Amino acid sequence: MSLTVRYFASVREAMGIASESWPTDIPTPTTVAQARAALVARGSPWAEALAESRVLRAAVNQQMVDAAAPLAPQDELAFFPPVTGG
Amino acid sequence: MADTVRIQTEDFDLTQELADLRAGNRAVGAVCAFVGTVREWQNPADANQPQAADKAVQGMTLEHYPGMTERAIQDMIVEAHQRFDFMDALVIHRIGELATCDQIVLVAVTSAHRGESFKACEFLMDYLKTQAPFWKKEATAQGATWVDARESDDLALRKWGIASQNR
Repeated sequence: MSLTVRYFASVREAMGIASESWPTDIPTPTTVAQARAALVARGSPWAEALAESRVLRAAVNQQMVDAAAPLAPQDELAFFPPVTGG
Repeated sequence: MADTVRIQTEDFDLTQELADLRAGNRAVGAVCAFVGTVREWQNPADANQPQAADKAVQGMTLEHYPGMTERAIQDMIVEAHQRFDFMDALVIHRIGELATCDQIVLVAVTSAHRGESFKACEFLMDYLKTQAPFWKKEATAQGATWVDARESDDLALRKWGIASQNR
């Protein structure tokens, strides 16, 4: 088991995939912000999908969190745009 | 009847849902319901412009985060019970493909007197708009685009004292 990253809506479209396991060649991140930066550093498609210039929200284990939120090795992390339900 | 959250593709029958919500509860004196529907114009001013047909919303796709969406709304109902004195809440939110004029969401609340259910209903809608993981993609003649979150929705939630930063 490893960290799982899920993508929704326009982030999923930019990524071309709905989810992935944390890449084995980079260290497991300890915060949401670290995870985003590490993925962006990998280049396309993460660099466009998760660009720091995009306003994105995150959830860890299906709870909304902010960028400073901690991550544990087997967490489920999700990145998505601001929500537009209702 | 207890608090209920349903995420579904099917349409809902408002009359039946409200009847079921208050069935057998003789203490109910008030039922407040909100229904959200698919509007034709993202921006009402577009309706009067040349080539208006290009921008008219023909349909919408609603995406959600299975598991998280239901739990998020259930948590909102728990918070609403702490703030307002009401009996039961029902939230039905559709997902998948919808057409203009279709129903999207129902929020209904029962209480003894009207004040609490009016407030709880508005609170739940304001909360859902900025914190429930759904995303809308609108289809027009010009193609499909993701709807942007609105500043006004964050402001609506803040009036209840909840720091909202969706955008």
